[in-house]
Amino acid sequence: MASQEMEELVSREYTQGFVTDIESDTVPPGLDENTIAFISNKKGEPEWMLEWRLEAYRQWLQMTTPSWAHLDYPPIDYQAISYYSAPKKQEDKPQSLDEVDPKLLETYEKLGIPLHERAALAGVAVDAVFDSVSVTTTFKEKLAEAGVIFCSISEAIREYPELVRQYLGSVVPQGDNYFAALNSAVFTDGSFVYVPEGVECPMELSTYFRINAANTGQFERTLIVCDKRAQVSYLEGCTAPQRDENQLHAAVVELVALEDANIKYSTVQNWYPGDEDGKGGIYNFVTKRGDCRGDRSKISWTQVETGSAITWKYPSCMLRGKDSVGEFYSVAVTNGRQQADTGTKMIHIGEGTRSTIISKGIAAGRSDQAYRGLVKVGPRAKNARNFTQCDSLLIGDRCGAHTFPYQEIGNNSATVEHEATTSKIGEDQLFYCQARGISEEDAVNMIVNGFCKDVFQELPMEFAVEAEALLNVTLEGAVG
Amino acid sequence: MLEVKDLHVTVEGSEILKGLNLTVNPGEVHALMGPNGAGKSTLSAVVAGKDGYEVTSGEVLFEGKNLLEMEIEERALAGILLGFQYPVEIPGVKNIYLLKAALNAQRVARGEEEIPAPEFMKLVREQLSFMKMDGSFLQRAVNEGFSGGEKKRNEILQMLVLQPKLAMLDEIDSGLDIDAMKVVAEGVNSLRSADRAILMVTHYQRLLEHIVPDHVHVLVDGRIVKSGDKDLANELEARGYEWVLEESAA
Repeated sequence: MASQEMEELVSREYTQGFVTDIESDTVPPGLDENTIAFISNKKGEPEWMLEWRLEAYRQWLQMTTPSWAHLDYPPIDYQAISYYSAPKKQEDKPQSLDEVDPKLLETYEKLGIPLHERAALAGVAVDAVFDSVSVTTTFKEKLAEAGVIFCSISEAIREYPELVRQYLGSVVPQGDNYFAALNSAVFTDGSFVYVPEGVECPMELSTYFRINAANTGQFERTLIVCDKRAQVSYLEGCTAPQRDENQLHAAVVELVALEDANIKYSTVQNWYPGDEDGKGGIYNFVTKRGDCRGDRSKISWTQVETGSAITWKYPSCMLRGKDSVGEFYSVAVTNGRQQADTGTKMIHIGEGTRSTIISKGIAAGRSDQAYRGLVKVGPRAKNARNFTQCDSLLIGDRCGAHTFPYQEIGNNSATVEHEATTSKIGEDQLFYCQARGISEEDAVNMIVNGFCKDVFQELPMEFAVEAEALLNVTLEGAVG
Repeated sequence: MLEVKDLHVTVEGSEILKGLNLTVNPGEVHALMGPNGAGKSTLSAVVAGKDGYEVTSGEVLFEGKNLLEMEIEERALAGILLGFQYPVEIPGVKNIYLLKAALNAQRVARGEEEIPAPEFMKLVREQLSFMKMDGSFLQRAVNEGFSGGEKKRNEILQMLVLQPKLAMLDEIDSGLDIDAMKVVAEGVNSLRSADRAILMVTHYQRLLEHIVPDHVHVLVDGRIVKSGDKDLANELEARGYEWVLEESAA
């Protein structure tokens, strides 16, 4: 099949581009200490939180935007962004789904997450972030019974200040990097999860993020703490409406796993990638890091990334605890003019720590993507082990895939393996399937899903199905 | 069933087939032989619809329809199945998944329901044991890590499940030891029927001891220069291709 046809096959329209018309309470564009005070005040935060934000802001002012990534985009004007946007009815926040603005529910419907049904069917508690304020939380009571705290980070700051103070910034410090510093200064909402000692969270926790208002950056802050022997599985899904101008998104996610705790964090991200010529789309600069603080703790990141114009994202694990385990499973699909620089960092600090990295990159159209991974083994990490596999699949001949694996091995008892492949989606594979009567489109889906299998099987069941569907939609298009 | 008329085919600017004529009727088994580079595999590739082959003139008809205007999958759905010389690996896609997708594509094209899972499993298991393959084959990724013999058996398994009208086997004997060859040959022989045709492309006569053809054709330099019955294959084995060349030049 000619490569041009291949590209037609993968070109498609973004199906989730719609804008909900709800009056927003938005601050004018611009960023200074007053903006931060406004946000903090708006959210009814205690004094220490404002101080913490301002400290981050002052550090941010001293920093410069990182340039090492394999990405090409015009400089971002941080004064042109509005840093706060909340649905108007925040003061009288709905107590149940019946009180939720029907238009909002409609939005969720369009996103394919009818809250009540979905929640009931899948046993998922959804803490939905609509623009910047958490609007509704379901299944709270059932979680409360188990002693699990699952709420918006704003609420947590007010209701559980000791927990937040103890852990916020303990994995990703305010000055960690340019975007993390910005997030620390202006974050508006996000999720907070605390699973107490010995508790296995009775259901999957899920948050759907969605960027709505024009020109608003979205800065979520998520903090998940799993106490000793506790377990939780968390899913984050993201979509954003279609717009001409680029929108900035800079989130921070911090995970803390104490002794024998187990955190599984899965992301399905399909933010608006921009049009074929690269107009519009989300700039996604995210810092995600997990801290395996306790012995035998485990943190597992699984991500399916199909959206955003620019992706800059490296979910990482700090393996401090003895025999702790870090995992990173990733599928990244880029098409059109999308650019992605993504990967992970596995920092082996404790003895007997193990990590696994499986990265699958699929590039189509004129997109460009890079896998960037660091495996670092410290001097105390005796018998540390890492296995890395990163495979790239190219569709057509105008896209690119790059692999930047870094290894820093500080002791000689470590075992580090790296495997990498780059292949073009085989015209031979396509021909083989078609010669058995399978249509071109089905064949592409079959081959791509096969390529991603190792990662999909790490997703929670119901989301694996969703991810597969999302991939098919992404690669669906003008056949014939 | 299959009519190839004065077929000229060019690959990357050079002419490989130079006026090939061939008629295959239902119930017949044809063997296409010839030296390396004669164009044997080109014919089966063109009939199956592979990209990169330019038909400059001539006709290919299947049951009276112009094959050259049909998409690859349409040809397969019409009943033409190509057994590959080098079956490609498709990582992560289970063998059973491909088989089922292919069978259902056929059924849907015929306006039938998709096959119920128990019926499908029964069908596949029967054919699997016939090909002396164990159940683990179904769960493995398509051709991934298969030995040469396993790949070829897998090709025949697909034929047994999909039951094509015209089975084309491209060098199905290459890379097979004698035991595997027997299993493959038994599979092919079981496909023989009054309403099905088989077209084999092969280098060696030894395959034809196990699958006895009705017609043998010698392809040299893009044309069929001699046709005969199974005795022709024996003669080629004994005397090589030189004499055919000389005869056709005379």
